[in-house]
Amino acid sequence: MQITQWSDALSGWLIGLGLPEWAAIFLVYAVGAFVLINYGMLSVLLLIWITRKVISRIQDRIGPNRVGKFGLLQTVADAAKLLSKEDITPREADKIAYNLSPILSVSGVLMLLAVIPFAPGLIGVDLNIAALFVVALGSIGIMAALMAGWGSNNKYALLAGFRVVAQLLSYEIPLVLSILTVVLLTGSMRFGSIIESQSLHLGGFNLGVGWLGIVMPGALLIFFISSLAEAELTPFDLLEAESELIAGFHIEYSGMKFAMFFLAQFLNAWILAAVMVTLFLGGWQGPGVGLPVVGPLLGFGYFMIKVFGVYVLQQWIRGTFPRLRIDQMMYFAWKVLVPLTIGLIVVQAIVQKLPTPVAVHYVLIFIANVGVLAIVASILQKYFREEQMRTKRSFEPTSLIGTMQVNEEGTMY
Amino acid sequence: MELPLGIQVPIPTFEQFIFIQVALVTAVAGLAVVTSRNLFHSALALTLTFFGVAGVYVFLEAEFLAVSQVLVYVGAIAMLIAFAIMLTRSMMYGRTSPLNNQWGKSSLFALLFFMGLLAFARATPWPAASEEVIADEAMIGALGREFVTTYVIAFEVLGLLLLLALVGAVMLARDR
Repeated sequence: MQITQWSDALSGWLIGLGLPEWAAIFLVYAVGAFVLINYGMLSVLLLIWITRKVISRIQDRIGPNRVGKFGLLQTVADAAKLLSKEDITPREADKIAYNLSPILSVSGVLMLLAVIPFAPGLIGVDLNIAALFVVALGSIGIMAALMAGWGSNNKYALLAGFRVVAQLLSYEIPLVLSILTVVLLTGSMRFGSIIESQSLHLGGFNLGVGWLGIVMPGALLIFFISSLAEAELTPFDLLEAESELIAGFHIEYSGMKFAMFFLAQFLNAWILAAVMVTLFLGGWQGPGVGLPVVGPLLGFGYFMIKVFGVYVLQQWIRGTFPRLRIDQMMYFAWKVLVPLTIGLIVVQAIVQKLPTPVAVHYVLIFIANVGVLAIVASILQKYFREEQMRTKRSFEPTSLIGTMQVNEEGTMY
Repeated sequence: MELPLGIQVPIPTFEQFIFIQVALVTAVAGLAVVTSRNLFHSALALTLTFFGVAGVYVFLEAEFLAVSQVLVYVGAIAMLIAFAIMLTRSMMYGRTSPLNNQWGKSSLFALLFFMGLLAFARATPWPAASEEVIADEAMIGALGREFVTTYVIAFEVLGLLLLLALVGAVMLARDR
């Protein structure tokens, strides 16, 4: 399926109007960047509204409903309020690191939008190393958090900065390795061809449901868990554990600089959902995307539905799961996810070299993935059961004051 | 373009224009690494230099190398340097002078070293790209194949070295 890029079409039209080639290409890319960045900024308004509504419903509240229809403009009002706040810089702060950090954290996330394929042919740049590009740009966010933590000259901010680096670096490894399973199967790091390989042709008609997530549910789950950690969402939101670190690495920030960190965080969650949809859930693939005119429109619709679906799922988890302790978080990354993904890659590399039909490869990979899925699920189930028992025990009225005993460690039962 | 005094100034093409910007950022950031009075700012400038070098790789159409550069140098090495500075220096008062009492001698040797490098670079006959340069995705595949065929020993030794470093770090950090 040959898809013409939007940029080629537009620059071809501009050259036809009599513009020199370099000017046409420059103009087209400038327009593309302008549209993408503004889309990113504006979509955050919607993302924050979705988050607040979903979490409100989970907590048996109504959520914002006063400003605009269904409270849709609540975020606009909040942004206006944040703009009017005083911009504080601590006196002993490192001015360069302090002021650069919010800009870096937003720009690192916005650059990721360039490789997101929204619809057939609608992609900023179909980079041949897009999968690696997504991972590499994550390091800018880590750098920004470290700069904010250090530049604020606040011990809580610095501690939170260290936590961010520990968490993001740890979960980057299972994230990269689970992306590698997809790259191994499709033989490409280009998002365009990864999506095209997920089509399912039936008698010349593209059903578009050959999603890799069906063949590799284990890798999908590991990617989803790691992306939750990368986006600093619950259960991995101990970067802003109020009871331990007050607010996190952005404690000293106020007004719009504070808002920029939040913008980056929400957009990062959405983009990681988009990457997950691209890699595992078929991207813009769906029934009828091969059709001539309505195809791209349908593809755009499918992509958005899937991405916002995953985003709502993230927020659902945010509303229901308890926060992990830092040792539990590190344990889960290094002793569960990393060995499992490495095992998955080894199995997959051997399976793909077997001299059998491709269908047999898929079946074997599927079996390995189901095994991984079962192991992760059983570990999570064991943890949550223990956690539930522990909480129940701590709330039970075990003793009256007069009969309270002190054990060897000096803690009271 | 001709300036009033009859000086010919070549108009840079669009690509050259962007390359000049990238090169300037890289060079200025590199200078800031050694002249900055605050060690943490030096580390930040070093990160910017790494980005600039990645930009140069993009101009050489080696996107894979550019992204690897960002991933390894910015994502890991710059972070490690920043950590080392933050954990060893007192918080905000890590101001140091970029000069010590040996600056005269060391600048002389640095100059000599630079001259040597320059002479070496000018004397070496650099091969022009004779073969067809493999572009795009085929390049990544070719690179991977080279790693497990021609350069397999170097590749394995590097892996072993990293493993040793990892084991050493665990040994140093474990509870005794």
